[in-house]
Amino acid sequence: MFKTPRRIFFWLLLLTILLVVVDVPSSSFQKLGLGVPENYKIKGFPEFKTHLGLDLSGGTHVALEANMKDIKPEDRSDALESARGVIERRINFFGVSEPIVQSSRSNNSYRIIVEMPGVTDTARAEALIGQTAQLEFREYLNDKDATPGALTFPTVKTTKPVGLTGKDLRRAQVTFNTQNGTPEVALEFNASGAKIFSDVTARLVGKPLAIFLDNMPIMWPRVNTAITDGRAVITGGFNQEEAKTLAMQLNAGALPVPVTVVEKRSVGATLGTESVVKSVRAGLVGLAIVAVFMIAQYGRLGILADLALVLYGLLTFAIFRLIPVTLTLPGIAGFILSIGMAVDSNILIFERYKEEKRAGRPWKVAMELGFGKAWDSIRDANFTTLITCLVLFNPGNWSLLPISGLVRGFAITLFIGVLVSLFTGIVVTRTLIRVLYKEKDI
Amino acid sequence: MIRFSKYIWFYFIISSLVLIPGMVALARFGLRPAIDFTGGTLLELQFKTDIAQPTVEAAARNAGLALVSVQKTRTGTIIARMKPETNEKIDAFGAGLASISSQSAEVVRNETVGPILGKELLMKTVAAAAVAILAILLYVAYAFKNIKFGVSAVAALIHDLLVVLGSFALLGHFLNVEVDTLFVTAFLTTMSFSVHDTIVVFDRIREMLKRGERLPFESLCDRALTETIGRSLTNSLTIIFMLLALVLLGGSTTQWFAVALLIGTVSGTYSSDFVATPLLILWEKWEKRKKNF
Repeated sequence: MFKTPRRIFFWLLLLTILLVVVDVPSSSFQKLGLGVPENYKIKGFPEFKTHLGLDLSGGTHVALEANMKDIKPEDRSDALESARGVIERRINFFGVSEPIVQSSRSNNSYRIIVEMPGVTDTARAEALIGQTAQLEFREYLNDKDATPGALTFPTVKTTKPVGLTGKDLRRAQVTFNTQNGTPEVALEFNASGAKIFSDVTARLVGKPLAIFLDNMPIMWPRVNTAITDGRAVITGGFNQEEAKTLAMQLNAGALPVPVTVVEKRSVGATLGTESVVKSVRAGLVGLAIVAVFMIAQYGRLGILADLALVLYGLLTFAIFRLIPVTLTLPGIAGFILSIGMAVDSNILIFERYKEEKRAGRPWKVAMELGFGKAWDSIRDANFTTLITCLVLFNPGNWSLLPISGLVRGFAITLFIGVLVSLFTGIVVTRTLIRVLYKEKDI
Repeated sequence: MIRFSKYIWFYFIISSLVLIPGMVALARFGLRPAIDFTGGTLLELQFKTDIAQPTVEAAARNAGLALVSVQKTRTGTIIARMKPETNEKIDAFGAGLASISSQSAEVVRNETVGPILGKELLMKTVAAAAVAILAILLYVAYAFKNIKFGVSAVAALIHDLLVVLGSFALLGHFLNVEVDTLFVTAFLTTMSFSVHDTIVVFDRIREMLKRGERLPFESLCDRALTETIGRSLTNSLTIIFMLLALVLLGGSTTQWFAVALLIGTVSGTYSSDFVATPLLILWEKWEKRKKNF
């Protein structure tokens, strides 16, 4: 199938068409009147889109450090994982689209990385995740406020803790009242929690017991009788959705380990859009200059190198969309940079070709020699770039080396760029020359 | 053929002219670390109409923020750097600013880095540089079957890293340019670019040695340089075009990142021909002299 240059050329043409389909946003096909009508669309044919990082799409990145001081070493991984789960639930619950919540562990640091696209209000973002979601049971300071007639809103100032927090809760779940079927939230305390709860409820019969989440009162039911079995039901005339929310909040309150914010970055959507537009423009201008330069330097061979360069751009971008690689601003810079590097192998080959021709060889032989002899330096030179990319990307997550989203974004695009440029610079250019290029031997 | 090897000392003078001011600046002023290294809060604010810098400073003082610097960017936004701050204080600052200037600012960037992360980044950068240098040294030594090639390539590489560091010490002192995570990336990428060009020359020397050319080593290197300097320049020019486009037209966030890469690329092109190869020649000479005595 890949026997002759002409066949390879044919496959490359096919590949180009395929890449254009993958690369060009479907909306622009529709603009041109080429769009496939909705009902003719092939089911399951994926819609490709470019994944933009937070610095481009706008959003917030938060890194949290878990304080494992009070946790036994063997339980730390579990604690980190369950904290991650809790935070993820909380964020999902607040309706952030496509959030990423990851845990990362190195030596003695236990971290949770949270990425929230579209959330640019850091205060809100931090309120969502930053603090240990503290569930707390409190009672009124003032007995007067606790009487049924009083309408005092429980706040941190008007109440005091009873010594029962989210740590004492085993879990909360939605149940339904056996008599009228209304949704309720059932609480289950652990052993020590049950003991405290029983004491507190005995003391507070007839008075409200307020439930606070992150210092905000979520409800203050009145205690009817002392509860000794460590189980309680909150009835509050809420619908199923509200009950579910409350149960989730209560479960979330039981964050197993306190966390502190060690890094937060938020970028507004305008700065991101502006950056994309500017970077793309810079890339196109640079591409045009390189293309003209190649033609000025190598004439018709330069045109072929430019064709290969276009294929390089299409192929690389398609790979970004297919894997998918999340594009950050440094990532785009890496891509733009790799365009400049992509013609490197062409330059080395063409120079070699000129040299061999000067040595009196017929052009066809000189060309094949050029490809053959330039390979050594192309391989060695690109290999060192690949090494550096690997160090920057740090695929093994070694704690010795940097683990940064920005640095990674740059390294991955440069890495893919170098690999693709080896393909386009050698295989593609060679095929184009074999099929399209002719020269007279003097 | 150009007799490059005749002017070896001249190349070292050029390198020193670039390196010495940079090193002096590095020793005297040091680099200007961004919050990525020191920890702190960075706010970038955009206003509908222009706002005076002192107004921002006054509002920050009122809110009790520990300001480090306030800066206007090319695009007209204001960047305020401060010690790590809580959200409440920043909100108070925003409210205060709105009441003074009678317009509300849009927060385009709000970054806080804790001090632990900063220290970590510094250590990791050093580690990454060391790992990459070692890997490149080993690869070049292996590919050329000769430790001399590896060491010379790495010496040129360190030359380029020092040029980049020195330039940013100067830029930091005179233009308040900061070094951040992206600078670290550029710094590490410079290594691969530096070696990239060196390998093209070394590959030619290797080839001539293999062919068993009966030339003195110096002349052999001269010929290799003469034959490859054109393509090495062409190679770097294409990268330089892309970087110039990024510096001049790209977003403000990556501007200094591209400048660092640009300095690294230019220095890398120079050092392959005028640092790495001369070192190789000198080493060869020194070895011969040792043998003769």
